Amino acid sequence: MKADFDRVELADVSRHFGRRRAVSHVSLTINRGDIVGLLGPNGAGKSTLIGMLATLVAPSSGSITYGGTKVAETGAAIRGRIGILAHELHLYPELTARQNLEFFARMYGLPVNGTVDHALERADLTDRDRDQVLGFSRGMRQRLALERSLLHNPRLVLLDEPFTGLDDRAVRLVADRFRTLAAEGAIVVLATHDLDLADGLITRMAVIRNGRLLLDTPARGGTRQQYRALMERA
Amino acid sequence: MFLRTAFLVLKKDFAIELRSYEILSTTMLFAVSCVGIFSFAFVREGEAPMDAAAGILWIAIAFAGTLALGRTFERERYGETLKALLMVPAPRPAIYVGKLLGILALLFTTELLVTPMVAFFFHARFFSQSLRLVALLGLGTIGYAAVGTLFAAMLIRARTRDVLLPILLYPVTIPVIIAGVRGTAALMESPADLPIANLWIAMLGFFDVVFITLSLWMFEPLMTE
Repeated sequence: MKADFDRVELADVSRHFGRRRAVSHVSLTINRGDIVGLLGPNGAGKSTLIGMLATLVAPSSGSITYGGTKVAETGAAIRGRIGILAHELHLYPELTARQNLEFFARMYGLPVNGTVDHALERADLTDRDRDQVLGFSRGMRQRLALERSLLHNPRLVLLDEPFTGLDDRAVRLVADRFRTLAAEGAIVVLATHDLDLADGLITRMAVIRNGRLLLDTPARGGTRQQYRALMERA
Repeated sequence: MFLRTAFLVLKKDFAIELRSYEILSTTMLFAVSCVGIFSFAFVREGEAPMDAAAGILWIAIAFAGTLALGRTFERERYGETLKALLMVPAPRPAIYVGKLLGILALLFTTELLVTPMVAFFFHARFFSQSLRLVALLGLGTIGYAAVGTLFAAMLIRARTRDVLLPILLYPVTIPVIIAGVRGTAALMESPADLPIANLWIAMLGFFDVVFITLSLWMFEPLMTE
Protein backbone atom coordinates (compact mmCIF):
# COMPACT_ATOMS: atom_id res chain seq x y z
CA MET A 1 0.00 0.00 0.00
CA LYS A 2 1.40 3.40 -0.99
CA ALA A 3 0.88 5.91 1.79
CA ASP A 4 1.46 9.61 1.38
CA PHE A 5 0.21 12.67 3.19
CA ASP A 6 0.44 16.42 3.11
CA ARG A 7 0.03 17.20 6.80
CA VAL A 8 0.52 15.67 10.21
CA GLU A 9 -1.93 16.39 12.99
CA LEU A 10 -1.44 15.81 16.67
CA ALA A 11 -4.73 16.06 18.56
CA ASP A 12 -4.52 16.35 22.35
CA VAL A 13 -1.60 13.93 22.46
CA SER A 14 -0.19 12.85 25.82
CA ARG A 15 2.42 10.33 26.79
CA HIS A 16 3.11 9.16 30.31
CA PHE A 17 5.93 6.87 31.46
CA GLY A 18 4.58 5.52 34.73
CA ARG A 19 3.79 8.60 36.78
CA ARG A 20 6.08 10.83 34.74
CA ARG A 21 4.35 13.04 32.22
CA ALA A 22 6.63 13.34 29.16
CA VAL A 23 4.13 14.98 26.80
CA SER A 24 0.86 16.49 27.91
CA HIS A 25 -2.14 17.45 25.75
CA VAL A 26 -0.19 18.65 22.72
CA SER A 27 -2.18 19.67 19.65
CA LEU A 28 -0.30 20.71 16.55
CA THR A 29 -0.78 20.60 12.78
CA ILE A 30 2.25 20.58 10.49
CA ASN A 31 1.91 21.05 6.74
CA ARG A 32 4.02 20.35 3.68
CA GLY A 33 6.78 22.89 3.29
CA ASP A 34 6.96 23.68 7.01
CA ILE A 35 10.23 23.55 8.87
CA VAL A 36 9.05 23.42 12.46
CA GLY A 37 11.62 24.19 15.14
CA LEU A 38 10.77 22.11 18.19
CA LEU A 39 12.43 24.10 20.94
CA GLY A 40 12.60 23.63 24.69
CA PRO A 41 14.94 22.89 27.59
CA ASN A 42 16.39 19.44 28.35
CA GLY A 43 13.69 16.94 29.33
CA ALA A 44 10.92 19.10 27.86
CA GLY A 45 9.50 16.18 25.87
CA LYS A 46 10.92 16.96 22.42
CA SER A 47 12.45 13.52 21.84
CA THR A 48 9.28 11.77 23.06
CA LEU A 49 7.24 13.88 20.66
CA ILE A 50 9.60 12.98 17.81
CA GLY A 51 9.39 9.30 18.84
CA MET A 52 5.59 9.49 18.69
CA LEU A 53 5.66 11.15 15.25
CA ALA A 54 8.03 8.39 14.12
CA THR A 55 5.53 5.69 15.29
CA LEU A 56 8.12 4.35 17.71
CA VAL A 57 6.33 5.61 20.83
CA ALA A 58 2.60 5.10 21.22
CA PRO A 59 0.61 8.01 22.70
CA SER A 60 -1.06 7.32 26.05
CA SER A 61 -4.02 9.39 24.85
CA GLY A 62 -4.94 11.59 21.89
CA SER A 63 -4.24 10.76 18.27
CA ILE A 64 -1.68 11.37 15.56
CA THR A 65 -2.88 11.30 11.97
CA TYR A 66 -0.89 11.47 8.75
CA GLY A 67 -3.04 13.15 6.12
CA GLY A 68 -6.09 12.21 8.17
CA THR A 69 -5.07 8.55 8.49
CA LYS A 70 -3.93 6.83 11.66
CA VAL A 71 -0.88 4.53 11.61
CA ALA A 72 -3.02 1.53 12.55
CA GLU A 73 -5.04 2.04 9.35
CA THR A 74 -2.09 2.17 6.94
CA GLY A 75 0.15 -0.42 8.57
CA ALA A 76 3.81 -0.47 7.69
CA ALA A 77 3.44 1.67 4.53
CA ILE A 78 3.30 4.98 6.42
CA ARG A 79 6.74 4.30 7.91
CA GLY A 80 8.17 4.32 4.40
CA ARG A 81 7.30 8.03 4.24
CA ILE A 82 9.00 8.95 7.52
CA GLY A 83 12.71 9.59 7.97
CA ILE A 84 14.33 10.09 11.35
CA LEU A 85 17.73 11.31 12.43
CA ALA A 86 17.86 10.84 16.19
CA HIS A 87 20.55 11.67 18.71
CA GLU A 88 21.86 8.11 18.30
CA LEU A 89 22.81 7.77 14.67
CA HIS A 90 21.21 4.45 13.63
CA LEU A 91 24.41 3.24 11.95
CA TYR A 92 26.34 -0.01 12.32
CA PRO A 93 29.90 1.02 13.22
CA GLU A 94 31.34 -2.36 12.17
CA LEU A 95 30.06 -1.90 8.61
CA THR A 96 31.44 0.47 6.00
CA ALA A 97 29.60 3.63 4.96
CA ARG A 98 28.56 1.91 1.73
CA GLN A 99 27.39 -1.28 3.48
CA ASN A 100 25.27 0.79 5.90
CA LEU A 101 23.58 2.67 3.07
CA GLU A 102 23.15 -0.44 0.92
CA PHE A 103 21.55 -2.31 3.79
CA PHE A 104 19.00 0.42 4.50
CA ALA A 105 18.35 1.04 0.79
CA ARG A 106 17.45 -2.65 0.39
CA MET A 107 15.32 -2.57 3.54
CA TYR A 108 13.33 0.29 1.98
CA GLY A 109 13.09 -1.58 -1.31
CA LEU A 110 15.16 1.04 -3.16
CA PRO A 111 17.51 0.36 -6.08
CA VAL A 112 20.99 0.23 -4.61
CA ASN A 113 22.78 1.43 -7.73
CA GLY A 114 22.61 5.18 -7.95
CA THR A 115 20.79 5.72 -4.64
CA VAL A 116 23.80 4.82 -2.52
CA ASP A 117 26.36 6.61 -4.69
CA HIS A 118 24.23 9.73 -4.66
CA ALA A 119 23.85 9.58 -0.86
CA LEU A 120 27.60 9.10 -0.39
CA GLU A 121 28.23 12.08 -2.65
CA ARG A 122 25.84 14.25 -0.64
CA ALA A 123 27.51 13.13 2.60
CA ASP A 124 30.88 14.02 1.04
CA LEU A 125 32.09 10.50 1.83
CA THR A 126 32.61 9.04 -1.64
CA ASP A 127 36.34 8.55 -1.05
CA ARG A 128 35.73 6.90 2.36
CA ASP A 129 32.88 4.62 1.27
CA ARG A 130 34.84 1.39 1.94
CA ASP A 131 35.93 2.48 5.44
CA GLN A 132 34.25 1.21 8.58
CA VAL A 133 32.04 3.80 10.26
CA LEU A 134 33.92 2.94 13.47
CA GLY A 135 36.83 5.09 12.29
CA PHE A 136 34.74 8.12 11.30
CA SER A 137 34.64 11.40 13.20
CA ARG A 138 31.36 12.50 14.79
CA GLY A 139 30.76 14.94 11.95
CA MET A 140 31.30 12.29 9.27
CA ARG A 141 28.96 9.91 11.07
CA GLN A 142 26.38 12.67 11.41
CA ARG A 143 26.49 13.41 7.67
CA LEU A 144 26.21 9.72 6.83
CA ALA A 145 23.34 9.27 9.30
CA LEU A 146 21.50 12.21 7.75
CA GLU A 147 21.79 10.72 4.27
CA ARG A 148 20.72 7.32 5.61
CA SER A 149 17.59 8.90 7.06
CA LEU A 150 16.80 10.63 3.75
CA LEU A 151 17.58 7.70 1.42
CA HIS A 152 13.90 6.95 0.76
CA ASN A 153 12.93 10.57 0.15
CA PRO A 154 10.59 10.78 3.16
CA ARG A 155 7.61 13.11 3.37
CA LEU A 156 8.05 13.63 7.12
CA VAL A 157 11.63 14.35 8.18
CA LEU A 158 12.25 14.16 11.93
CA LEU A 159 15.55 15.58 13.13
CA ASP A 160 16.80 15.50 16.70
CA GLU A 161 19.84 17.78 17.08
CA PRO A 162 21.00 17.28 13.46
CA PHE A 163 23.89 19.76 13.68
CA THR A 164 25.80 17.92 16.42
CA GLY A 165 29.48 17.54 15.51
CA LEU A 166 29.24 19.32 12.16
CA ASP A 167 31.76 21.97 11.15
CA ASP A 168 30.67 25.38 9.90
CA ARG A 169 30.64 24.41 6.22
CA ALA A 170 28.71 21.21 6.86
CA VAL A 171 26.17 23.11 8.99
CA ARG A 172 25.49 25.47 6.09
CA LEU A 173 25.18 22.59 3.60
CA VAL A 174 22.85 20.64 5.89
CA ALA A 175 20.70 23.70 6.60
CA ASP A 176 20.41 24.30 2.84
CA ARG A 177 19.46 20.66 2.43
CA PHE A 178 16.58 21.10 4.88
CA ARG A 179 15.38 24.20 3.04
CA THR A 180 15.45 22.28 -0.26
CA LEU A 181 13.56 19.35 1.27
CA ALA A 182 10.85 21.69 2.58
CA ALA A 183 10.67 23.51 -0.77
CA GLU A 184 10.16 20.13 -2.46
CA GLY A 185 7.21 19.41 -0.18
CA ALA A 186 8.67 17.65 2.83
CA ILE A 187 7.44 18.28 6.36
CA VAL A 188 10.52 18.97 8.47
CA VAL A 189 10.46 18.82 12.27
CA LEU A 190 13.70 19.91 13.87
CA ALA A 191 14.41 19.58 17.60
CA THR A 192 17.38 21.68 18.62
CA HIS A 193 18.93 23.71 21.40
CA ASP A 194 20.90 25.79 18.91
CA LEU A 195 18.63 28.80 18.58
CA ASP A 196 21.06 30.75 16.40
CA LEU A 197 21.07 27.95 13.83
CA ALA A 198 17.32 27.60 14.06
CA ASP A 199 16.93 31.31 13.35
CA GLY A 200 16.58 31.83 9.62
CA LEU A 201 16.02 28.13 9.00
CA ILE A 202 12.74 27.32 10.69
CA THR A 203 9.47 28.62 9.35
CA ARG A 204 7.55 27.82 12.50
CA MET A 205 8.53 27.74 16.12
CA ALA A 206 6.92 25.32 18.60
CA VAL A 207 8.13 25.72 22.16
CA ILE A 208 7.60 22.87 24.57
CA ARG A 209 8.29 22.75 28.30
CA ASN A 210 7.41 20.08 30.87
CA GLY A 211 5.61 18.24 28.09
CA ARG A 212 3.27 21.14 27.34
CA LEU A 213 3.19 23.17 24.14
CA LEU A 214 3.73 26.77 25.22
CA LEU A 215 3.87 28.43 21.82
CA ASP A 216 3.22 27.61 18.18
CA THR A 217 3.87 30.58 15.95
CA PRO A 218 5.40 31.46 12.56
CA ALA A 219 9.12 32.20 12.91
CA ARG A 220 10.01 35.78 12.05
CA GLY A 221 13.60 35.97 13.28
CA GLY A 222 14.70 36.85 16.79
CA THR A 223 14.12 33.25 17.89
CA ARG A 224 16.51 33.47 20.84
CA GLN A 225 14.89 36.62 22.28
CA GLN A 226 11.41 35.23 21.80
CA TYR A 227 12.40 31.92 23.41
CA ARG A 228 14.09 33.59 26.40
CA ALA A 229 11.17 35.88 27.04
CA LEU A 230 8.80 32.93 26.94
CA MET A 231 10.93 30.84 29.31
CA GLU A 232 11.16 33.71 31.79
CA ARG A 233 7.40 34.18 31.75
CA ALA A 234 6.60 30.44 32.04
CA MET B 1 8.46 -8.52 1.72
CA PHE B 2 8.42 -10.42 5.02
CA LEU B 3 10.98 -13.04 4.05
CA ARG B 4 13.09 -10.52 2.14
CA THR B 5 13.32 -8.27 5.21
CA ALA B 6 14.18 -11.21 7.47
CA PHE B 7 16.86 -12.35 5.01
CA LEU B 8 18.36 -8.83 4.80
CA VAL B 9 18.58 -8.61 8.61
CA LEU B 10 20.25 -12.04 8.71
CA LYS B 11 22.67 -11.08 5.95
CA LYS B 12 23.56 -7.86 7.73
CA ASP B 13 24.24 -9.73 11.00
CA PHE B 14 26.50 -12.13 9.09
CA ALA B 15 28.38 -9.25 7.47
CA ILE B 16 29.01 -7.72 10.91
CA GLU B 17 30.03 -11.06 12.44
CA LEU B 18 32.42 -11.78 9.57
CA ARG B 19 34.28 -8.56 10.43
CA SER B 20 35.11 -9.69 13.97
CA TYR B 21 33.89 -13.23 14.72
CA GLU B 22 33.28 -11.71 18.14
CA ILE B 23 30.04 -13.44 19.04
CA LEU B 24 30.87 -16.78 17.42
CA SER B 25 34.24 -17.02 19.14
CA THR B 26 32.98 -15.98 22.60
CA THR B 27 29.94 -18.27 22.37
CA MET B 28 32.02 -21.24 21.29
CA LEU B 29 34.73 -20.60 23.87
CA PHE B 30 32.10 -20.32 26.59
CA ALA B 31 30.39 -23.56 25.54
CA VAL B 32 33.69 -25.43 25.28
CA SER B 33 34.81 -24.12 28.70
CA CYS B 34 31.50 -25.22 30.16
CA VAL B 35 31.90 -28.77 28.84
CA GLY B 36 35.55 -28.82 29.94
CA ILE B 37 34.72 -27.79 33.51
CA PHE B 38 31.92 -30.36 33.78
CA SER B 39 34.20 -33.11 32.47
CA PHE B 40 36.83 -32.26 35.11
CA ALA B 41 34.12 -32.28 37.78
CA PHE B 42 32.27 -35.48 36.85
CA VAL B 43 34.58 -37.82 34.97
CA ARG B 44 36.58 -39.98 37.37
CA GLU B 45 39.21 -42.42 36.05
CA GLY B 46 37.61 -42.33 32.62
CA GLU B 47 34.14 -43.18 33.98
CA ALA B 48 31.33 -40.66 33.42
CA PRO B 49 28.08 -40.77 35.41
CA MET B 50 25.07 -42.18 33.54
CA ASP B 51 22.82 -39.58 31.88
CA ALA B 52 25.10 -36.65 32.85
CA ALA B 53 26.05 -36.04 29.20
CA ALA B 54 22.52 -35.09 28.16
CA GLY B 55 22.19 -32.49 30.92
CA ILE B 56 25.66 -31.07 30.32
CA LEU B 57 25.08 -30.75 26.57
CA TRP B 58 21.87 -28.77 27.10
CA ILE B 59 23.33 -26.62 29.89
CA ALA B 60 26.24 -25.69 27.61
CA ILE B 61 23.81 -24.80 24.80
CA ALA B 62 21.51 -22.79 27.06
CA PHE B 63 24.31 -20.80 28.73
CA ALA B 64 26.12 -20.14 25.46
CA GLY B 65 22.79 -19.15 23.92
CA THR B 66 22.19 -16.55 26.62
CA LEU B 67 25.59 -15.05 25.92
CA ALA B 68 24.93 -14.96 22.15
CA LEU B 69 21.49 -13.38 22.63
CA GLY B 70 22.87 -10.61 24.82
CA ARG B 71 25.75 -9.78 22.49
CA THR B 72 23.65 -9.86 19.32
CA PHE B 73 21.23 -7.28 20.65
CA GLU B 74 24.01 -5.21 22.20
CA ARG B 75 25.00 -4.44 18.59
CA GLU B 76 21.51 -3.11 17.86
CA ARG B 77 21.57 -1.05 21.06
CA TYR B 78 24.86 0.75 20.40
CA GLY B 79 23.61 3.07 17.68
CA GLU B 80 19.93 2.48 18.48
CA THR B 81 19.82 0.67 15.15
CA LEU B 82 16.87 -1.43 16.29
CA LYS B 83 14.81 1.77 16.06
CA ALA B 84 15.98 2.26 12.48
CA LEU B 85 14.94 -1.32 11.69
CA LEU B 86 11.54 -0.73 13.27
CA MET B 87 11.06 2.32 11.02
CA VAL B 88 11.39 0.27 7.84
CA PRO B 89 8.11 -0.16 5.89
CA ALA B 90 8.04 -3.91 6.42
CA PRO B 91 6.16 -6.07 8.91
CA ARG B 92 8.01 -5.65 12.21
CA PRO B 93 7.89 -9.40 13.02
CA ALA B 94 10.17 -9.89 9.97
CA ILE B 95 12.93 -8.18 11.96
CA TYR B 96 12.33 -10.66 14.78
CA VAL B 97 12.60 -13.56 12.33
CA GLY B 98 15.84 -12.16 10.87
CA LYS B 99 17.41 -11.84 14.30
CA LEU B 100 16.14 -15.31 15.29
CA LEU B 101 17.73 -16.89 12.20
CA GLY B 102 21.05 -15.25 13.06
CA ILE B 103 20.96 -16.59 16.64
CA LEU B 104 20.03 -20.05 15.35
CA ALA B 105 22.95 -20.06 12.92
CA LEU B 106 25.30 -19.18 15.80
CA LEU B 107 23.89 -21.84 18.11
CA PHE B 108 23.85 -24.58 15.47
CA THR B 109 27.51 -23.83 14.70
CA THR B 110 28.29 -24.03 18.43
CA GLU B 111 26.44 -27.35 18.68
CA LEU B 112 28.52 -28.77 15.83
CA LEU B 113 31.55 -28.33 18.08
CA VAL B 114 30.08 -29.04 21.50
CA THR B 115 28.07 -32.20 20.76
CA PRO B 116 31.06 -34.34 19.65
CA MET B 117 33.02 -32.91 22.60
CA VAL B 118 30.41 -34.05 25.11
CA ALA B 119 30.13 -37.43 23.37
CA PHE B 120 33.91 -37.85 23.62
CA PHE B 121 34.44 -36.72 27.23
CA PHE B 122 31.36 -38.48 28.64
CA HIS B 123 31.41 -41.57 26.38
CA ALA B 124 27.87 -40.71 25.34
CA ARG B 125 26.18 -42.73 22.60
CA PHE B 126 24.68 -39.65 20.97
CA PHE B 127 25.27 -40.69 17.42
CA SER B 128 23.60 -44.10 17.45
CA GLN B 129 20.41 -42.27 16.44
CA SER B 130 21.86 -39.29 14.56
CA LEU B 131 18.64 -38.14 12.89
CA ARG B 132 16.72 -38.10 16.15
CA LEU B 133 19.59 -36.27 17.83
CA VAL B 134 19.52 -33.64 15.07
CA ALA B 135 15.74 -33.31 15.50
CA LEU B 136 16.08 -32.89 19.28
CA LEU B 137 18.89 -30.35 19.03
CA GLY B 138 17.23 -28.49 16.16
CA LEU B 139 13.78 -28.22 17.68
CA GLY B 140 15.11 -27.53 21.19
CA THR B 141 17.40 -24.78 19.95
CA ILE B 142 14.60 -23.19 17.92
CA GLY B 143 12.28 -23.11 20.96
CA TYR B 144 14.97 -21.69 23.22
CA ALA B 145 16.10 -19.08 20.70
CA ALA B 146 12.52 -18.08 19.80
CA VAL B 147 11.80 -16.98 23.37
CA GLY B 148 15.32 -15.66 23.91
CA THR B 149 15.22 -13.43 20.82
CA LEU B 150 11.94 -11.89 21.94
CA PHE B 151 13.18 -11.25 25.48
CA ALA B 152 16.55 -9.89 24.34
CA ALA B 153 14.79 -7.44 21.99
CA MET B 154 12.34 -6.46 24.71
CA LEU B 155 15.14 -5.79 27.22
CA ILE B 156 17.30 -3.75 24.86
CA ARG B 157 16.46 -0.51 26.68
CA ALA B 158 16.65 -1.98 30.19
CA ARG B 159 19.71 -0.94 32.19
CA THR B 160 19.92 -4.33 33.92
CA ARG B 161 19.30 -6.35 30.74
CA ASP B 162 22.29 -8.69 31.35
CA VAL B 163 20.78 -9.80 34.66
CA LEU B 164 17.16 -9.74 33.54
CA LEU B 165 17.63 -11.86 30.41
CA PRO B 166 18.49 -15.15 32.18
CA ILE B 167 16.01 -14.41 34.98
CA LEU B 168 13.19 -14.13 32.44
CA LEU B 169 14.45 -16.65 29.92
CA TYR B 170 15.26 -19.73 32.00
CA PRO B 171 11.91 -20.17 33.77
CA VAL B 172 10.01 -19.85 30.46
CA THR B 173 12.30 -22.20 28.56
CA ILE B 174 12.52 -24.87 31.28
CA PRO B 175 10.03 -27.10 29.39
CA VAL B 176 12.27 -26.95 26.31
CA ILE B 177 15.41 -27.77 28.28
CA ILE B 178 13.68 -30.65 30.13
CA ALA B 179 12.33 -32.07 26.86
CA GLY B 180 15.78 -31.76 25.28
CA VAL B 181 17.54 -33.44 28.22
CA ARG B 182 15.02 -36.28 28.57
CA GLY B 183 14.91 -36.88 24.83
CA THR B 184 18.71 -36.95 24.55
CA ALA B 185 18.97 -39.24 27.60
CA ALA B 186 16.49 -41.63 25.96
CA LEU B 187 18.72 -41.81 22.89
CA MET B 188 21.75 -42.64 25.07
CA GLU B 189 20.16 -45.71 26.63
CA SER B 190 21.26 -49.14 25.43
CA PRO B 191 19.24 -49.87 23.38
CA ALA B 192 17.91 -46.37 22.65
CA ASP B 193 14.38 -45.78 23.99
CA LEU B 194 12.93 -44.60 20.69
CA PRO B 195 9.25 -44.20 21.69
CA ILE B 196 10.25 -41.90 24.55
CA ALA B 197 12.68 -39.97 22.34
CA ASN B 198 9.96 -39.54 19.71
CA LEU B 199 7.55 -38.30 22.37
CA TRP B 200 10.01 -35.59 23.48
CA ILE B 201 10.70 -34.64 19.86
CA ALA B 202 6.96 -34.16 19.34
CA MET B 203 6.76 -32.12 22.55
CA LEU B 204 9.59 -29.88 21.35
CA GLY B 205 7.77 -29.39 18.04
CA PHE B 206 4.68 -28.34 19.96
CA PHE B 207 6.67 -25.90 22.13
CA ASP B 208 8.25 -24.39 19.01
CA VAL B 209 4.89 -23.74 17.39
CA VAL B 210 3.56 -22.11 20.57
CA PHE B 211 6.67 -20.01 21.26
CA ILE B 212 7.14 -18.80 17.68
CA THR B 213 3.45 -17.94 17.27
CA LEU B 214 3.40 -15.99 20.54
CA SER B 215 6.66 -14.22 19.73
CA LEU B 216 5.51 -13.13 16.26
CA TRP B 217 2.26 -11.86 17.75
CA MET B 218 3.92 -10.01 20.65
CA PHE B 219 6.98 -8.54 18.93
CA GLU B 220 5.38 -5.39 17.51
CA PRO B 221 3.45 -4.34 20.65
CA LEU B 222 6.52 -5.01 22.81
CA MET B 223 8.76 -2.96 20.54
CA THR B 224 6.49 0.10 20.52
CA GLU B 225 7.26 2.08 23.68
